[in-house]
Amino acid sequence: MSEHALTIALQGSLLEEQTPLSLAELCRACSVQTEWVMALVAEGVLDPAGTEPGHWRFTSLHLHRAGIARRLQHDLDINLPGIALALQLLDEIEDLQSRLHSTGQY
Amino acid sequence: MEFKDYYRIMGVSREASAEEIKRAYRQLARKYHPDVSKEADAEARFKEVGEAYEVLKDPEKRAAYDRLGTNWKAGQDFRPPPDWNEGFEFSGGGFTAGDAADYSDFFEQLFGRAGHARAHGGGAGFHAHGSDRQAKILIDLEDAYRGTTRTLTLRHPEMDAQGQVILREQALNVAIPRGVRGGQHIRLAGQGAPGSGLGKPGDLFLEVEFRPHPLYRVVGRDVYLDLPLAPWEAALGAKVKVPTPDGPVEMKIPPGSSAGAKLRLKGRGIPAATPGDFYVILQIALPPATDDAAHAFYGRMAEQFKTFNPRSRLGV
Repeated sequence: MSEHALTIALQGSLLEEQTPLSLAELCRACSVQTEWVMALVAEGVLDPAGTEPGHWRFTSLHLHRAGIARRLQHDLDINLPGIALALQLLDEIEDLQSRLHSTGQY
Repeated sequence: MEFKDYYRIMGVSREASAEEIKRAYRQLARKYHPDVSKEADAEARFKEVGEAYEVLKDPEKRAAYDRLGTNWKAGQDFRPPPDWNEGFEFSGGGFTAGDAADYSDFFEQLFGRAGHARAHGGGAGFHAHGSDRQAKILIDLEDAYRGTTRTLTLRHPEMDAQGQVILREQALNVAIPRGVRGGQHIRLAGQGAPGSGLGKPGDLFLEVEFRPHPLYRVVGRDVYLDLPLAPWEAALGAKVKVPTPDGPVEMKIPPGSSAGAKLRLKGRGIPAATPGDFYVILQIALPPATDDAAHAFYGRMAEQFKTFNPRSRLGV
């Protein structure tokens, strides 16, 4: 990377609800197979908008969850139902934390 | 280079069986997995445990490591003795977990860099799209209010012409747009792994995470602050100066406010087309009764509020 390239800041695009990822894009972003993402959707770990795989739209949240799922599987050797359970419990922790954050800390 | 005591890292004895080592690894990996763990140094510990397991689970590597002897202390300056690995053969991979970038100097000195990277795409005349990459970027809450630029350095294992794994450093200067939320991704087209042949490079997805802030808590686009008030400010109402990530503002506290009450500054959360809100949660701070005058004043208050029972709701 040259000095010159560093003087200009790269302008990325923010993943917003209006600029979702397709199934193929999500798979590429996570380096996973289509079947694996489809299994996550079937298990209820991911809930993309759109009725069929060709029309599924994934958000930043889905990308975040798919990343956790992949790491849990790779690092801890957890199967799909286990991943679903772990993510559900992580959601609950986050919900509790949000509630804790939105009330005072005494 | 510091010596690493892999047995101590795994919490097992030098005589531990393969089963015990595996069990210890499973427990520690769950405890320190960065996605699950709330421990402050989870990521570093997870890598350390992964490296220890990489050595202790492999009979050859473990035997070679054991040959270093028991006199080494963790953190001690270490240089491998000559011929320490005589009779052992580690080349040609055998690395199953972790990335080349994750191992310590100590590990690499003993066992070399992780074998050969899995080849993506391949030979001449083959055009493949480069793979996408993901990385995390830590920013301050204030950055989401103003936008900023950040320089980050990513390290990727890559294969050189001889098929050896080398770490390539990639420095990037990235614009962090105003209004970004925690957990959101910034997509940088073409900054992923290079494609092969005429294939296009992949994209880089940067996941934004806020550094914990000493004052503010973030929930989605909303921002929360605990605001201490003097008892008379809460009782009589007041105009007080309140910090926000966008700079201090004047806020009106209504008379008769109580601890735990939530006041909203609409639209002063993280900016967006529909910006988040800024909330202050009131706390009452008591001046200490450390000198005689203050002591006497609290006495007069007790006299004045004789009929006030702060525990009336408790039924006593």
